[in-house]
Amino acid sequence: MTGLILLPLAWASLAFVLGPGRGKWLAIGGLSAQAWLAFDLAAKVGAGGTALLHPVGGWGAPLGIDLAADGLSAVMLLLVQCIALPLAIHAGAYFKRGDAAGAYFWPLAGFLIAGLNALFLSADLFNLYVTLELVGLAAVGLVAAGGGAQQVAAALRYLFATLVGSGLYLLGVALIHGAYGTVSIAILTPLVTSDAPRLVWIAGGLMLAGLMVKTALFPFHTWLPSAHGNAPAPVSALLSALVVKASFYLILRLWLGPLAPLTSAIAWLPALLGALAILWGSWQAIRAERLKRLIAYSTVAQLGYLFLIFPLLPGTDALEAGIMQAFAHGLAKAAMFVAAGVIIEATGRESVMDLSGAAGHLPLTLFAFGLAGMTLMGLPPSAGFLAKWLLIEAALDRGHWGLVAVVLAGGLLAAVYVFRVLRQAFLLAPADAVVKSVPRRLEWVAFLLAAASVLLGLRGVDLVRLLGAGA
Amino acid sequence: MTSGLLFASTGALLFALGLAGVILIAHLLRRILAFNVMGSGAFLILVGLAQDNDIPDPVPQAMVLTGIVVAVAATALALALTRRLHALTGEVELPRDEA
Repeated sequence: MTGLILLPLAWASLAFVLGPGRGKWLAIGGLSAQAWLAFDLAAKVGAGGTALLHPVGGWGAPLGIDLAADGLSAVMLLLVQCIALPLAIHAGAYFKRGDAAGAYFWPLAGFLIAGLNALFLSADLFNLYVTLELVGLAAVGLVAAGGGAQQVAAALRYLFATLVGSGLYLLGVALIHGAYGTVSIAILTPLVTSDAPRLVWIAGGLMLAGLMVKTALFPFHTWLPSAHGNAPAPVSALLSALVVKASFYLILRLWLGPLAPLTSAIAWLPALLGALAILWGSWQAIRAERLKRLIAYSTVAQLGYLFLIFPLLPGTDALEAGIMQAFAHGLAKAAMFVAAGVIIEATGRESVMDLSGAAGHLPLTLFAFGLAGMTLMGLPPSAGFLAKWLLIEAALDRGHWGLVAVVLAGGLLAAVYVFRVLRQAFLLAPADAVVKSVPRRLEWVAFLLAAASVLLGLRGVDLVRLLGAGA
Repeated sequence: MTSGLLFASTGALLFALGLAGVILIAHLLRRILAFNVMGSGAFLILVGLAQDNDIPDPVPQAMVLTGIVVAVAATALALALTRRLHALTGEVELPRDEA
């Protein structure tokens, strides 16, 4: 379990020592080992059916720090490793030697992944705060990596948003500690009841609000399009696919754990914001001028689906729908940003209107974009279809027709912005267009991620079965 | 009113002041200062509420120490980015985001 945290820390530090732009093979080797560890952990958790505990250094809570892995953690760890490994292979080809934007990509990405893995394994609220900050700071560093005024401004905007979010979360943790004298999730869960003092209600509200800012839920999404839309392609992919899922996981953890007795009264608020996020994000994506900004707004919309499940919790079917959506969106969005990176690299243009002719020169990339779009729209047999199917079924079981309508409308709106890109790409190119050749590896990674997002729909049952372990 | 509660209510006030600053102030340096005021507020609550009959509890003190390290790192990053923005644009305010 500790290997998943120590390995990325080790290769990130080594990459930093080696100097700017180095450490590609360290990262790919380390991530391969991590992927194996994550599968091994998932197999153990799945076979045992209970949560695994590991007191760090032999010091258990309350003095030391406990790491814990149950089905939900194991699934999220799998998601991180399975997306980070292909993205590392992609980034290795994307950043050329001496490229300023990639100078510190490897150390920062390593620290980011170490923070994410530590977050999914943490068992107490304060350790979660520290890992949340690690993830946030590394992500800001990655956004700023380009070094231009626009990137630095986007990084600062992101930094302030993430600091406000984690500040609110920390205040909530402080109040919880003041009320119960502990921050361990396992100890808190039976202590908090529905007649808890008002202090605990305020603490819960602050923590959830802070995490919603970090997950970029509408109307706190304003930092996301500039941060994700201005970074280099591999960075945008990491941020959109993984980083926003970390704070969502934490919301889910709190909602199902310590805050469960308090949340029934406000369960419709996240769902309402999620529905607005789907509509607003899709609308902005349809109107966006630049390709990467379009994809970033699509992230705002797709994050909305994650929040539709809250009125349906604590049902396992709703949880399964949420996790499946996190996987589907993670894989598809990574593929989309990678594909967009290839297209921009090849044509040298960023706007959707300038895509004409791309399909002729980069058929594999466009195919990958289309497959990823298929997942976002929710066409069978993709993972996105499975997620929406599970969500609709769970909503119909409880008679919530409104949620069904939002899910279906969101799929149609996604089709509009995906086809906007595809249509433009299939138009004939202007005669003066110059298209550079790009390394084939870049195109294949996009295709691989997109294909995975579609094929996962066929193997989703195994993932979903793992979720039940130790819950 | 015990001293612990006094610390905690001061902390709440500081946090609210700092939060308002981070959201409302345009000047980046002042915004970074406001973030630090906000963080200090949270730390004060963490330490203050944990005092039982004026006997301090060591666990939240250790947490605050960790929190301070995180806040210093965040402040350093924010200052470095602000300097870079100033060098590039000559402004100490964020430019308007594209529509």
